[in-house]
Amino acid sequence: MSRVRVLVGTRKGAFVLESDGKRQRWEVSGPHFGGWEMYHVKGSPADPNRLYASQNTGWFGQLIQRSDDGGKTWEPVSNEFAYDGPTGTHLWYDGTPHSWAFARVWHLEPSHTDPDTVLAGVEDAALFKTTDGGKSWHELPGLRTHATAAQWQPGAGGMCLHTIIVDPTNANRIFIAISSAGAFRSDDGGVTWSPINRGLVSEGIPDPDAEVGHCVHRIAMHRSRPNVLFMQKHWDVMRSDDAGATWREVSGNLPSDFGFPIDVHAHEPETIYVVPIKSDSEHYPPDGKLRVYRSRSGGNEWEALTNGLPQRDCYVNVLRDAMSVDTLDPCGIYFGTTGGQVYGSADGGDTWAPIVRDLPAVLSVEVQALS
Amino acid sequence: MIRVVLPQHLRKLARIDGEATLEVAAPVTQRAILDALEARYPMLCGTIRDRVTRRRRPFVRFFACQEDLSNESPDAPLPDAIATGAEPYLVVGAMAGG
Repeated sequence: MSRVRVLVGTRKGAFVLESDGKRQRWEVSGPHFGGWEMYHVKGSPADPNRLYASQNTGWFGQLIQRSDDGGKTWEPVSNEFAYDGPTGTHLWYDGTPHSWAFARVWHLEPSHTDPDTVLAGVEDAALFKTTDGGKSWHELPGLRTHATAAQWQPGAGGMCLHTIIVDPTNANRIFIAISSAGAFRSDDGGVTWSPINRGLVSEGIPDPDAEVGHCVHRIAMHRSRPNVLFMQKHWDVMRSDDAGATWREVSGNLPSDFGFPIDVHAHEPETIYVVPIKSDSEHYPPDGKLRVYRSRSGGNEWEALTNGLPQRDCYVNVLRDAMSVDTLDPCGIYFGTTGGQVYGSADGGDTWAPIVRDLPAVLSVEVQALS
Repeated sequence: MIRVVLPQHLRKLARIDGEATLEVAAPVTQRAILDALEARYPMLCGTIRDRVTRRRRPFVRFFACQEDLSNESPDAPLPDAIATGAEPYLVVGAMAGG
């Protein structure tokens, strides 16, 4: 029988939640790396027992941990993220030039085919790669040295590269997103990059439809349709049917089109999920009701999913990396909140239940279906 | 023999039970101690000093003989009590919430 492993990164450690395929009863282990901010924990699709974790504190900086046994034991691997060549400058919050400086790893994206190959998205925004299981990292500098990079500016959370999607049918095609530079695509394995922000409109920047400068919060793709992308932007839910070349808004009847995560059903490529948040200054659900919204039409028409979720006095946030889907049938959906709850649905979002209620603030949720 | 006391998170990371003890050739300086510490426990690289600049991380402090040496020259000789192991060299996580 299949099993499910949910990897949860929090502000004070990592937790591993495991269940059988029914996804009703859960075993919780952790905290792993107690006291450390775990920005992201993710398993290799090629070897589910190979896990990578980004571990950070303001005191002791960045570490990367690797597990070869599904999270039972961990070993630190290299934490040397050195920019390749002159760092140059981007814009600081006050509009002055600011030298690139490494702060932390936001996102780890293991290869679809090789457990030793991982891409890492970091703050200040850059993309790094390991091909030896984390023993060494090298930058793919074409992104950070893009002609527009001097115009990039950090969002409130820092200038983070937070989304990495590798086309499962073409490893040379990579999509990334940076807050708040926007989305970029490479078609040559990360050597060169192009902004893919046409159709995005952001009222908070001087030129609302500029080539770069958009605060993209998250991008999602269904593996069967790598040219179709869904985006949760700072405001607006967007869709592209041409690998990011153009975007159109699909916010439709959402109560708010502000939010952070977005994800796609594992077996229905037109079924997508978002968690509306009231506004960019009020990071909690509208009306105190925690509602996941599902569209079965690839956007525009949305339904509220509320069964099992708190529908009063709820003022948590759901961060950009804190939603994930499993590949079982029916598809499971999981998300974590800044209030420390991890909710799961074993029926595509129709009903929800908390797996855990009292973790530290959840930064990331990833799920693995295990045979 | 130099004695080094690390904060709990770094002891756990380096799997050190109690103090770290290091052989450091004279002159014993903060830089020499930290270089020896990182050579013996490579997983500590980047956690005490920035990987690139090699400067002390902002929320790490260095104490010895009841003095705060955090802002002293890393190449200044340390007191004999540190060099002889009579007193430990302390790496301390700064008091800060979070």
